[in-house]
Amino acid sequence: MTQDAETLGTMLARRGFGRRSLLKFAIVMTSSLALPPSLAPVMADNLAKAKRQSVIWLSFQECTGCLETLLRSSAPTIDALIFDFISLDYQEALMASAGAAAELTLRQAVAANQGEYLLAIDGSVPLKDGGVYSLTGGRSNVSMLEEFAVGAKAILAIGTCAAYGGIPKAHPNPTGAVGVEDVISGKPIVNIPGCPPVPEVLSGVLVYFVSFGRLPDLDDRKRPLAYFGTTIHDQCYRRPFYDQGKFAKSFDDEGARQGWCLFELGCKGPTTHNACASLKWNNGTSFPIESGHGCIGCSEPDFWDQGGFYTSLAGGSAAGWRNAGIAAAVGLAGGAAAALSARSKSSRPPEDKP
Amino acid sequence: MTFLAFARGPALQVATLIMIAGIFWRLAGVLLLRRRVAHAAARAPFLRRLTGGAKTIVTRTIPRKNFWPRVATGVSLGWVMHLGLFVILFAGAPHILVLHQITGLSWPNLPKGVIVMASAITFAALIALLVRRLTHPVLRLLSNVDDYLSWLLVFLPITTGILLSGETIAGYGTLLALHILSVEALMIWLPFGKLMHVALVFAGRGMMGFNFARKGAAT
Repeated sequence: MTQDAETLGTMLARRGFGRRSLLKFAIVMTSSLALPPSLAPVMADNLAKAKRQSVIWLSFQECTGCLETLLRSSAPTIDALIFDFISLDYQEALMASAGAAAELTLRQAVAANQGEYLLAIDGSVPLKDGGVYSLTGGRSNVSMLEEFAVGAKAILAIGTCAAYGGIPKAHPNPTGAVGVEDVISGKPIVNIPGCPPVPEVLSGVLVYFVSFGRLPDLDDRKRPLAYFGTTIHDQCYRRPFYDQGKFAKSFDDEGARQGWCLFELGCKGPTTHNACASLKWNNGTSFPIESGHGCIGCSEPDFWDQGGFYTSLAGGSAAGWRNAGIAAAVGLAGGAAAALSARSKSSRPPEDKP
Repeated sequence: MTFLAFARGPALQVATLIMIAGIFWRLAGVLLLRRRVAHAAARAPFLRRLTGGAKTIVTRTIPRKNFWPRVATGVSLGWVMHLGLFVILFAGAPHILVLHQITGLSWPNLPKGVIVMASAITFAALIALLVRRLTHPVLRLLSNVDDYLSWLLVFLPITTGILLSGETIAGYGTLLALHILSVEALMIWLPFGKLMHVALVFAGRGMMGFNFARKGAAT
C-alpha cells in the first residue's frame, strides 16, 4: 500500500498510536472548534478513515511570518499535521532549494488531486500594473491564484494579508494589494487572519476539513466562527478592570503593574475578533495583552490604517486646528453678514417699532 | 474603509467643522444684533452690574419658592437629565479620553457601573420629559420640530451609549460607530436649534442680570 492510499487510522496504528490516542486528539480538537463533545468519537472515526489531504501552499506578497509561526508552533502539532494528516505537496519557501523540480511537483500534485486539493495562500495579491510587484518563477501571483483556484476544493487564506490585503494594502497601497476573496469568487474560502495567525486555528480548520469533508461554520468575514466569534476584549483576563474603570495610563505606571486594562493605551481588543486570549501563544504561555501591550487588532481588515496603535478607540482623527480656524472664520463671516443684513432692513431698533 | 473608521474619521471631522462654523455663526448673529440705547442713568456701578450678572446665572437655575409647586416636575427632570449628562460626559473614561485628546487635560474617571447607572437615570428622565411634553396641554402647543429633534439627538447618544456598554445587540465596533455617529448628528444640529443653549444659556442669563443690575432691579 502506498503512503498516499493509506488511511490515517492505519498509518497511526502502524506507528503505535491506538484509537484511544486518536480519540484524545479528537476531544481536544472538538473542544477547540467549539463542537459538542459527542462529536469527538465521530471525528476520531472519520479521521481514522480519512486519507491524507493534499495541500498546495502558495506564498504571495508576504513576509513569511505566517509560515514561520505555524512551523515553529506546537499547536496540536502542525508538523504532525503536515506529515501525518495532510500531504503538503507544494510550499515555495520550504522547497526553494529544489528550484525547477518544485515547479514540476506542483504540476504533478495539481494534476493528481484535481478538484480535491486545498489551496493555502499566504500573502496579499498585488494587482497594480498587471501584478508585476510579486512574481514566482516569472509568473504573477494573480495569474497563479486564478489558475490553481480552479482545481481547488477550497481555499485557505492564511494571515491578514491573504485574507484582507494586510500591511501591503496599507495606505497608499502602492502595489494595489488585495485579499484572496477580492480575486476569486465561486469557491469556498476560509479566512484565517492574524499577523501572524494563531497556529491552532489553522490546525482546527484542517482537522475539521479532513474529518467532515467541508469547511467549518464561518462568520460574515469568512472566518471560522469557533475562533473568531468573540472579541479579544470579551475573553480578556483584564476585562474586569475595564468594567471597574481601572485603566493603565502609561506602560510603566502603577496601573500597568497592577495589570489594569490597557484600553487607554490604545488596546484594540474591543473591536478585534480572534482567539489569542483563549488559545494564547508559545505553548499557551501568554498573548500580547498578558505581556503588557495592547492588542493592535492585527486580525481585522485594514488594521494598519485604523489610527495609531497607541490611540484609544475612544478617540478619532481630529479636524485639525487650521480647519477649525477656517470653519470659525466662515461661521463668523456668515453670522455677521446675516446680522448686518437684518440691521440694514430696519433703521430703528426692534424695541422702538410702533 | 470600515464603518467605525468612517465614524471616527471623515464623519467626525465634518461634524466638528459644521458645529464650529455654526456656533460662530450664531454667536456673531447674536452679538451683532441692534440693541436699544439706554438713555437712563445707570443705577449701579459697573462692578455691581457684573456681579449682578453672575448672580443671575445662579439664581435663574433654581425656581423661586412660590413657583416651585407648578414647575417642580419639569425642573426636577431637567436637573436630573442635565446632571446625568454631565456625569456621563465628564466622568466616563472614554469621554475623558476624547476630551484629553482635544484639550490635553485629564482627570480620574468613575467606574463603568456608575456611568451606566447615570445613563439609565438620564435615559429615564428623557423619556419622562418627552411624555410630559406630549401630555402637557400648554407644553404640547408650544413644542415644534426643533424641540422633538433636539430631544431625539440627545436621546440617541444615551441609548447607543447604554447599548455599547452592554455590548449585546451587536459587536463593540458597530455599536461604537453608531454611538459616535449619533454624537456627530447632535454636534451638527447643536448650533442651529435649541441645543445652542449649551453655549448661550449662561451668557443670556448673565446679560439679563447685568441689565437688571443697571436698572437697580433685583437679580
